[in-house]
Amino acid sequence: MNTIPNRQVICDTLLELAQHDRDIMVLASDSRGSAAMAPFAKAYPDQFVEVGIAEQNIVGISAGLAHSGKKPFVTSPACFLSMRSIEQIKVDVAYSGTNVKLVGISGGISYGALGMSHHSVQDLAVARAIPGLSVMLPADRHETKQMIEALVQYEGGVYVRIGRNAVEDVYESDAYEFTIGKAVTMREGTDVTIIAAGETVRVALDAYEELKEAGVSCRIINMHTIKPLDEDAVIHAAKETGHIITVEEHSVLGGLGAAVAEVVVQYAPVPMRIIGIPDEPAIAGKTAEVFKHYGISSDNLKMVALHMLGKQEKN
Amino acid sequence: MEIRELQAKAAQIRMDLLQMIFRAKTGHTGGSLSNTDIITALYYRIMNIDPAQPKAADRDRFILSKGHSVESLWAVLADKGFFEKEQLATFSQFGTKLIGHPNNKVPGIEMNTGALGHGLAVAVGMALAAKRDGVRYRTFCLMGDGEQAEGSVWEAAMAGAHYKLDNLIAIIDRNRLQISGSTEEVMGLDPLEDKWRAFGWNVMVIDGNDMQALIESLEAVPSVPGKPTLVMANTVKGKGVSFAENVPHWHHHVPNETELEQALTELSAVFEFYQTEGQGR
Ligand SMILES: Cc1ncc(C[n+]2csc(CCOP(=O)(O)OP(=O)(O)O)c2C)c(N)n1
Repeated sequence: MNTIPNRQVICDTLLELAQHDRDIMVLASDSRGSAAMAPFAKAYPDQFVEVGIAEQNIVGISAGLAHSGKKPFVTSPACFLSMRSIEQIKVDVAYSGTNVKLVGISGGISYGALGMSHHSVQDLAVARAIPGLSVMLPADRHETKQMIEALVQYEGGVYVRIGRNAVEDVYESDAYEFTIGKAVTMREGTDVTIIAAGETVRVALDAYEELKEAGVSCRIINMHTIKPLDEDAVIHAAKETGHIITVEEHSVLGGLGAAVAEVVVQYAPVPMRIIGIPDEPAIAGKTAEVFKHYGISSDNLKMVALHMLGKQEKN
Repeated sequence: MEIRELQAKAAQIRMDLLQMIFRAKTGHTGGSLSNTDIITALYYRIMNIDPAQPKAADRDRFILSKGHSVESLWAVLADKGFFEKEQLATFSQFGTKLIGHPNNKVPGIEMNTGALGHGLAVAVGMALAAKRDGVRYRTFCLMGDGEQAEGSVWEAAMAGAHYKLDNLIAIIDRNRLQISGSTEEVMGLDPLEDKWRAFGWNVMVIDGNDMQALIESLEAVPSVPGKPTLVMANTVKGKGVSFAENVPHWHHHVPNETELEQALTELSAVFEFYQTEGQGR
């Protein structure tokens, strides 16, 4: 079982790259601990900026740095970074076309018992609505590493969302090739497709095994880039499997499910279900408890799939 | 309550909150211990509040803008009878209302907070409403010092002075620490009193862990007609627990069993001291 959280992978990757690229900068808003960026701050004090508890300021300053040729990575809790500073993201990053990478840490319901102020389950909806801003969620540590390496090369505004704790690997190693905007078919299947992103990819893969036992051939897609969305992958899945289920650690409004549905209804209408957090302040609790409560689980995905296919659940 | 009784009460609240955090295995220890004296002074002496009528029109309002230190407030509200004390055991558990930040589904909480830099603006709105309606309640807002880096604090500070809200009292828990270390290293604030004076506020600087000083300053407000008041309460983060005092990682560190026991021993000595002295009066 992997014990390295994605935030630590991001720090390690940036540490490695910053050695050869003095333009890489990391910014924190009293969040270097939560973002696991303390080692970076220590190793490269000249490439680290602390702004204090000021999320609007951190984005504005990053835009200024980017405008001056730097490659800023903003690391701050997803809930504040995505919402508190959304106007700076819209105008100073996206509209002005500055090369700022926004890394939202402890996204989704990572901060379970801290309540709605700390849950980040509208961030994908908000970020997705901003023209020019890309939106990505890595599924495990291997993908996280490759994503960060790709983003150092990529010029433009990006919102990356990760969780807080270590997640089980979904890839065997970093041998696969990550490409921005290109979905990964993790399992082939013909009856139904489950599309997941970030930490729910693991849940979808578990559902694949359970459905296989129940005699259902399920395709699993890791949609690591929610924007720009891999429309081809969605259209093919709809046409080839006839049923789509999405599962996300986000509100059912405006996130991965909505992005997929926008494509499905326009280009390949098939029955679809969106699994996520309903439109309510999420219940307090640990991630596992909250996931279970809202059916973000392999059991529930299996049940939904069988239901869609008109098959009765066994026993 | 008399000063000594308040001091004993604060020690009891500190014990209660440490037990909550220990049971839940999560919580903001340092900032709750630093503001316990302030919240105790407000709820047991200064504010006009009635647990039987949490929505009384003339009640004084309290906004915990540094919402992460809700543990001291949960312990106080339970002790005052806003809800059953047994509920403290549900702190941060699945499905609880007593989450890790103020939640106004719980009687006694006015507003939900947790994202820093929101409280003062809300307090300005409450104070402004009281002025416009000619109602005589006061609005108290407790902020963190790290929180002062949020620009919204200063937007609200400007508005509070502009509308001459002498029924508004902001308190800063000036413990000089935030998550990443010293406030002056993370984002320098000094001279913080001068900044508030320049924004048109009546500023008082006190020892915020000194009950006598807290009562004297808070009983004196509103003191300057036409000006909101800022009480700069110099405090110690982790106050009352020797090994947590002024240690940054106690911001959200959870005591283990040995640490809890030592903390309870230290605090019960304080409690006994003030209680017996208090009864002798
Ligand atoms: C808008 C916002 N950004 C970040 C945080 C995360 N956070 C919680 S507590 C804290 C430090 C608070 O420091 P301070 O205001 O000095 O409070 P205290 O030291 O008294 O606990 C931070 C950064 C938050 N709650 N809200």
